[in-house]
Amino acid sequence: MYLLDVARLAWRTLLANKLRATLTMLGISIGVGAVIALLAVGAGVQSYITQQFSSAGTNLIVIIPGHIQQAGGNAFGPQAPLSMADYRAVEADTPFLVNTSASYGQAANLTFESNTTQVNVNGVTPSFKDVRNWNVRLGRFIDDSDNGGRSRVVVLGQTTTNDLFAGDDPLDKVIKINNIPFRVIGVMEAKGSTFLGDQDAVAFIPLSTAQERLFQKSALTANGDRRVSNILLQVTDDGARPVVEASVKDLLHERHHLAADAEDDFSVVSQAELIRTFSDVTSVLTTFLGAIAAISLLVGGVGIMNIMLVSVTERTREIGLRKAVGATSRAILSQFLTEAIFLSLLGGAIGIAIGIGGAYAISLIASGFTPVVKSSAIVLAVGFSFVVGLFFGIYPARRAARLNPIDALRYE
Amino acid sequence: MAAPDRQDRLARVDGHTLVIDARDLTKTYQMGEIEVHALRDATLQVHAGEFAAIMGPSGSGKSTLMNILGCLDQATTGTYLLDGVDVNRLKDNQLSAIRNRKIGFVFQSFNLLRRTSAIENVELPLIYAGVVGRQRYERARHALEAVGLGDRIHHHANELSGGQQQRVAIARALASQPSLILADEPTGNLDSVSGEEIMGLFQSLNEQSGITVIIVTHDLRIAMHTRRIIRIADGVITGDEPVLEQIVASHEPLTKSVVGDKAQAAG
Repeated sequence: MYLLDVARLAWRTLLANKLRATLTMLGISIGVGAVIALLAVGAGVQSYITQQFSSAGTNLIVIIPGHIQQAGGNAFGPQAPLSMADYRAVEADTPFLVNTSASYGQAANLTFESNTTQVNVNGVTPSFKDVRNWNVRLGRFIDDSDNGGRSRVVVLGQTTTNDLFAGDDPLDKVIKINNIPFRVIGVMEAKGSTFLGDQDAVAFIPLSTAQERLFQKSALTANGDRRVSNILLQVTDDGARPVVEASVKDLLHERHHLAADAEDDFSVVSQAELIRTFSDVTSVLTTFLGAIAAISLLVGGVGIMNIMLVSVTERTREIGLRKAVGATSRAILSQFLTEAIFLSLLGGAIGIAIGIGGAYAISLIASGFTPVVKSSAIVLAVGFSFVVGLFFGIYPARRAARLNPIDALRYE
Repeated sequence: MAAPDRQDRLARVDGHTLVIDARDLTKTYQMGEIEVHALRDATLQVHAGEFAAIMGPSGSGKSTLMNILGCLDQATTGTYLLDGVDVNRLKDNQLSAIRNRKIGFVFQSFNLLRRTSAIENVELPLIYAGVVGRQRYERARHALEAVGLGDRIHHHANELSGGQQQRVAIARALASQPSLILADEPTGNLDSVSGEEIMGLFQSLNEQSGITVIIVTHDLRIAMHTRRIIRIADGVITGDEPVLEQIVASHEPLTKSVVGDKAQAAG
């Protein structure tokens, strides 16, 4: 018996029982659809997160005060402030650096005429915009002379601008930060909101102005130096990252006079590491949800088995006749197995369409990310539904193949 | 058509090989504690070109004998050569192949596939014989023409009368050009007129095309259409004699000779 005949026969049998075939396929379609949709949403969220981190700048390493525990326990271990001296030492002694920036910031009240808003006011070095890959939309960014002169100039984030000026031109207007007047010299490009919050609800002033004028008291360290909230390092490439991290850790460990076996009182966090951590989390979640969805595929498979058993019983006489006219057990087996595999593959194909549609529907509701339908997910779904058809089809098909033709022909 | 006399028949038979050579066939079923002997030491020879009836009341073992002769079942003991092949030793798959090539079945209840056209029903054994495409279609069409249904090849079974359905079944039996046609109560589900037509068809297939036909029946009148009656009772062959007064069924002449088809299909 030729493959084409087997396929044609299976197809005709399915057409002869359209409603039954459709309902049986539905089980597989829902299972495959759920797996495809979840994998697509998972991959979409993952690429969204990666993109969000990358938009902060590339090959970034952040040094912050305090020790972040890797797992469990208190979130923060020993903590000591970072100082300008630390920053200068890191900048001077670390290899593979492209650029660096330090910042010191706190929440502060901004007022313009009757408008008031509270945002994070960050004192930054002029290099900040290059390290963070973040340019001004209007005016200019803080430059060396601003920083050297402790100028009272401010560059506003987009949200802050909207809150204070409501569409008016903000350039060269004077606003008050904690009642000290600052002149607006620029407006940053909008970065948008992420799961980390609104990146545009912010204002930037020269680092020296923040440390020595605006937040003068809180920025002062015990030995008369000035604090920094964090240090940003841009390294040449991802390969240089481990070297830079090790170098920074050694340097700061020594500078903070910590015993050789003591925990660091600061943390070196790399962007690449954060991306990996978040990717790992979403991968685990996606896999977990996908596995749950795969259970419904099994349920669909049981449905196929059930309907194939009914079909074998209904067609006992037909099977008897086929055997009488010369069908081998193998031919009967392949006939019923092909039917089961057709059901599951067709159901799988419909499920892929449902899954892709479902993923886009989810992305419309929870906007922000684009679902990513990987070809590997489709191959997986098709492969899985084939295996389900094979697995759940084999028992009914064997039952059909083993029927005794004499009994089968006599069956009423 | 006059019944050929005994000398005629023997002359024809002697010129042909044995299609069935069954010796001492026994079939025993185990029903719990009791052994049931459905068939005891049945010995039977049928030559190519014969037209015979196996007669017996129900429970006589005639179905068991037919199942064994039709290679649907195997005897417990004894030897059975079908067309020279010792089928009692064959495995399941080999039996399927033998049924496919050497035997055409005709059943009491036709056993046509529903929702399937006449020609597709007739193609069925050819599918399992590995005949494909145009050749398969043409052979099936010739078989349908041979039973006088050349104009109804695309009709579905439920659009045909009982007699026509049985003709489709006979065409299906003919399609693979078997050595033997085994018909189990072929007129049992038909009215007397259609039954007569079917017997006429068997007669002309046998007379004109030399096809070997064995009919299993409990009806003497049907058996009288053949030329030899083998009687069976309680699993034992009790009689085997030629039909001296053959009933010749009135039937329309065949539209086409099956022998011609055979030559065409072979060539």
